[in-house]
Amino acid sequence: MVGLDNLIQIIISGLGVGCIYALVALGFTLIYKATEVVNFAQGELLMLGAFVAYTFIGLWGWQYWAGLIASMVVVAFLGFTIDAVILRRVLGQPQFAIVMLTIGLGFIFRAVATMIWGANSLVLPTPFFGQSLTLSGVSIPANTLAMVVGAVLLCVLLSLFFSATRIGIAMQAAAQNQLAAYYMGIRVKVLFSVIWAISGATAALAGVLVAPATLIDTNLGFIGLKAFAAAILGGFGSVGGALIGGLVIGLLEQLASWYVPDIKDITAYIVLLAVLLVRPQGLLGAVLRKKV
Amino acid sequence: MRTIFKTSYHQDIARTKDWRERIWYILLAALLLVLPLFLGTFWVGEIAYVFILCIISIGLMLLTGFTGQVSIGHGAFVGIGAYTEAILLTLGVPFGVSIIGATLLAAVIGILLGYPALRLSGLYLAIATLSFSFIVEHVFIHWESATGGYNGMMVPEGSAFGYTLTFGTPFYFLCLLGATAALLIAQNIMRSPTGRAFVSIRDSETAAQSMGVNLAAKKTLAFSISAGFAGFGGALLAHRISYLAPDAFGVLISIQFLLMIVVGGLGSFHGAIFLGVLPQAIAILRDELPPQLGQQPGLEPALFGLIIVLVVLFEPTGMAGRWEKMKVYCSQFPTYRKATFRTQKTYTKSERFR
Repeated sequence: MVGLDNLIQIIISGLGVGCIYALVALGFTLIYKATEVVNFAQGELLMLGAFVAYTFIGLWGWQYWAGLIASMVVVAFLGFTIDAVILRRVLGQPQFAIVMLTIGLGFIFRAVATMIWGANSLVLPTPFFGQSLTLSGVSIPANTLAMVVGAVLLCVLLSLFFSATRIGIAMQAAAQNQLAAYYMGIRVKVLFSVIWAISGATAALAGVLVAPATLIDTNLGFIGLKAFAAAILGGFGSVGGALIGGLVIGLLEQLASWYVPDIKDITAYIVLLAVLLVRPQGLLGAVLRKKV
Repeated sequence: MRTIFKTSYHQDIARTKDWRERIWYILLAALLLVLPLFLGTFWVGEIAYVFILCIISIGLMLLTGFTGQVSIGHGAFVGIGAYTEAILLTLGVPFGVSIIGATLLAAVIGILLGYPALRLSGLYLAIATLSFSFIVEHVFIHWESATGGYNGMMVPEGSAFGYTLTFGTPFYFLCLLGATAALLIAQNIMRSPTGRAFVSIRDSETAAQSMGVNLAAKKTLAFSISAGFAGFGGALLAHRISYLAPDAFGVLISIQFLLMIVVGGLGSFHGAIFLGVLPQAIAILRDELPPQLGQQPGLEPALFGLIIVLVVLFEPTGMAGRWEKMKVYCSQFPTYRKATFRTQKTYTKSERFR
């Protein structure tokens, strides 16, 4: 049986991983809410973020924080370009075409990453390697703390951005009704690209934060698929739901790794299928019915 | 320019449009029948493999191209078919029965997965099938007593009436027979009311429902038929690769099938069959490339990805659509107008309200 101390440790590491899933799920949700595109390459953006940060920090010897921000900028730019160059052209095509398109992009990113950085796992040097914070007998590894703090900080920033800035409010408007927003003089196309950029930056942040815990290789892209489970659990298209979903999936996965280690790797997928079976709209999703 | 004068309603659902098409099909059949006489073992095997891919992609075309339900987990059904075939043969079940067993098991699992699919549309279904394929792959790896786990599993040879059917020319004819049967079954389904219900679901669920189509039943049916085809193809595939490893049935192979039907052209059996050649062609082409380039890790997935992206961007109707355009161009040659196939301006259609 697992003692209470262990249980607390499990919960803490679960929350850490959960924050990463939440960040990636947030990236999905932002794009989906605004453009109704599901970006199957989100996990690959995360992977690229980690690789780019490795190049800056590990190879070129930059400061950790500078590398983190530079990597976010690079991936944000990539996200912007994907939308502006590729996805904008397929607006209005069936969902299926767009799903295929983003899957194809994901494959390309993964292959390009293998060609540039090789197939071996890389280690990202961080300032808080091996450190931990002890709170009344429970030690919290600094990595985990960084994940939680990073995720919370980003969420606060984003919610401020969406509620308090002009461009953020314009984005909300465009997400609710593209045509009406367009009539009001909002530059919908550019906004969508900016949302892709934000989503890319979110993915890069998640990639850099998760890198110390997992090592950097092309398998990082699979985090994106687990984050799907988080996004669906929370109800696709609900920002709060994505965060809660991420935390729940992270917790369940860590708990499963203790109690039923056999299914650790597929916990997220089992949860996903179960949610789809029982409550397809997710925890916080709304049921919308087509009007005829 | 040639117009077909229709004199009966049956012409609308006839398998072939006119006698010219019939002659082409007969010639093709004759060619395929005599082909093994002229080709070496390598090419006979490769073409048999193409037939297997065709069976699977016809099944996926029924589901994705005609019913409009995306499955990114079809590799899992292929895997289920392949492993069932191998396990049944190991247990001493006769060859033909084992193939039927593999097909049925895949179809039943298709129903089980199709059930949640009743409530899901587009995207959610894609994600659900994706996670299903991960779970199945996990089962293949961890159910070691049956599947051999990472060590893999030998597929026993199948034989009937004292002949080994799973190698060389007999296998070629077995696959040819399978592919022909699959095509005829699929085509007949599409000529029946069921098939038209499938198409109506693809085009508008609301309209289909108001015309009395039972969405849940038809979607599940499409799912299970498609899974059955995949299981059947998987059973044949098991003999083709003769050694099963769990990672052979992952996401990559599912994407490969999707690639085939997207590039071939959604909603066209010609497309599904035509593109059976593509993955094999890529693999063979890669061996011909200089080693520094050809042995790059991840080259094949990258090519798949690139082809998907280019096709979705520039020719959404796929090869079948391109073929139609070429035919029209030739038949109207001097007077062909460029605007004939110009795509209409499209706007985002919300799929939130389903």
